Amino acid sequence: MNAETKIERKAKKLGLKERYGHLTRGLGWETSYQPMDKVFPFASYEGIKIHDWDAFEDPFRLTMDAYWKYQAEKERKLYAVIDSFAQNNGQMKITDARYVNALKIFLTGVSPLEYMAHRGYAHVGRHFVGAGPRVACQMQAIDELRHAQTQMHTISHYNKYFDGLHDPRHMFDRVWYLSVPKSFFEDAMTAGPFEFLTAISFSFEYVLTNLLFVPFMSGAAYNGDMATVTFGFSAQSDESRHMTLGLEIIKFMLEQDADNVPIVQRWIDKWFWRGYRLLSIVAMMMDYMLPKRVMSWAEAWGIYFEEAGGALFEDLSRYGITTPKYADVASKEKDRLTHEVWSTFYNYTRAAAFHTWIPNDDELAWLSEKYPETFDQLYRPRYEHWRSLQQKGERFYNNSLPQLCNVCQIPMVFTEPDDPTKLCLRSTEFEGEKYHFCSDGCKDIFEFEPQKYVQSWLPVHQIFQGNCGGATMPEVLDWYGIKNGSDNLDYEGSPDQTIWNDWTKSAQRAAG
Amino acid sequence: MAVVSISPYKLPAKDALENFHGNQLVYLHWEDHLMFCAPVAFPLPSGMVFDDLVQNVLGPAYQQHPDFSNITWSDVKWTLDGKPFDPDPQASLADNGVGHKSLLSFVTPGLQGIGNKHF
Repeated sequence: MNAETKIERKAKKLGLKERYGHLTRGLGWETSYQPMDKVFPFASYEGIKIHDWDAFEDPFRLTMDAYWKYQAEKERKLYAVIDSFAQNNGQMKITDARYVNALKIFLTGVSPLEYMAHRGYAHVGRHFVGAGPRVACQMQAIDELRHAQTQMHTISHYNKYFDGLHDPRHMFDRVWYLSVPKSFFEDAMTAGPFEFLTAISFSFEYVLTNLLFVPFMSGAAYNGDMATVTFGFSAQSDESRHMTLGLEIIKFMLEQDADNVPIVQRWIDKWFWRGYRLLSIVAMMMDYMLPKRVMSWAEAWGIYFEEAGGALFEDLSRYGITTPKYADVASKEKDRLTHEVWSTFYNYTRAAAFHTWIPNDDELAWLSEKYPETFDQLYRPRYEHWRSLQQKGERFYNNSLPQLCNVCQIPMVFTEPDDPTKLCLRSTEFEGEKYHFCSDGCKDIFEFEPQKYVQSWLPVHQIFQGNCGGATMPEVLDWYGIKNGSDNLDYEGSPDQTIWNDWTKSAQRAAG
Repeated sequence: MAVVSISPYKLPAKDALENFHGNQLVYLHWEDHLMFCAPVAFPLPSGMVFDDLVQNVLGPAYQQHPDFSNITWSDVKWTLDGKPFDPDPQASLADNGVGHKSLLSFVTPGLQGIGNKHF
């Protein structure tokens, strides 16, 4: 070996594309000690036919060294912002303490999903036959773990001052309304790898993610919560990679075999509906919980689903894919959804780890303006009635437990697609047992795989079966980890309100 | 095919009757009164007399609504699991055909909630 070849070798450093090739394709092989179908036992039972795994288009061609470098930079920025937020008492600069209730929902209902996503992607990152999707899923698994962690770190600052933020993991496994996100994700994680990616990467991350992140992150920016805005930015570049994986996996399945099309369509229908139902709590937050509002739910649905989703499904129509079933129902519900859901939490705030309240006059006027067809007609009279009761010291609480949908696990509060004054109540029988649903969408999901949903852990029924700490409200709250009198009940009179009013008064005194 | 799975997969229903310690589940729904956002659920003995259900379960659940005291009980129209239903007030839930996880809805003619807004 002479000096010349040495120099030549040194100069021949691998390009990004080659390194990526070695990381993915180079690390996959046909197994010989064990047959491939034993090594990858989940690859075919869902009915998806793949003829050429190498045809999968890798979303970002990211290598591990580049990945660590980017993520480390983002972490440094985020933690610098979190530190300065804490040092400057950022919690005092938000618009109003009511805003923190949106963070309580995020921390207890969304951050644990990030952790579940981490586990889900780690699992499918093992089980795809192709190295391309395996590596993309493994990287996403690490992203999701990072998101869960940074969200908890960011929001933990608020836990020093406000109630309801002390134990999101414990609550996630127990509290009635958190069974909605929990069961959503468990449904996806117990499906096969292709359905999991259709559910989470495509339907949730690609089709619906803007409806989750825009309200929370823009809501945070509008309401002076720079810490949350920063973790939003820190996650955003990952989200675009996740969205691309979602679209690529769908196109990959559709291009591989025509027999895959009806299976994928059914998953799109199912996970559109499940995702939409899951978002109803976010919808409520947009219209009711942000003291400074970004846009209404109806507007967001129009922009992010009807317009953007419309273009997407038009693009997918060349594969024979159509707009998800019941998308028309979601559009019919857009002028009432948030009012129905806020009324539900107003009914059941005794058992919630956040506060509810009656919107003030300005907020009622905003709702009338944003919902000219429905608000004054149907919902304003409710709030005015409840407000008058509250002023008499008789704040309304529903003392009975609600009937739940057996699929989405939300109380049966949604109204008929064509009549906002009648509850939409659906039911079916399976093996001699009755099952109830909030919608045709949830009923269809049950009827395709009843054996899966007969196991639903419905919080109300679990209380009646004696599995939730006891038969009385204080016992159940204790089991939930909700502190009665501080975490729950109306915002009016809460310790959160007291501390906020104290800060506001002292700030005014300081300003002279 | 009741589930897509890699091998036979059969688990008991989580809400089977025997899991409720001698009770059955009954759901109640007062139509046009969405102040109560959803039907409400109760674990009740199947031997409970229907009138007892009305007095001691349905009453406490709904009596905080101003319409409740104006109900003319003889005019109330009942629906059991989606079908018109004429309950025998002195017979048990079981004898009235109210089964486990039955939904019992009722309409109170002339009463449509606060300001007739179905609330």
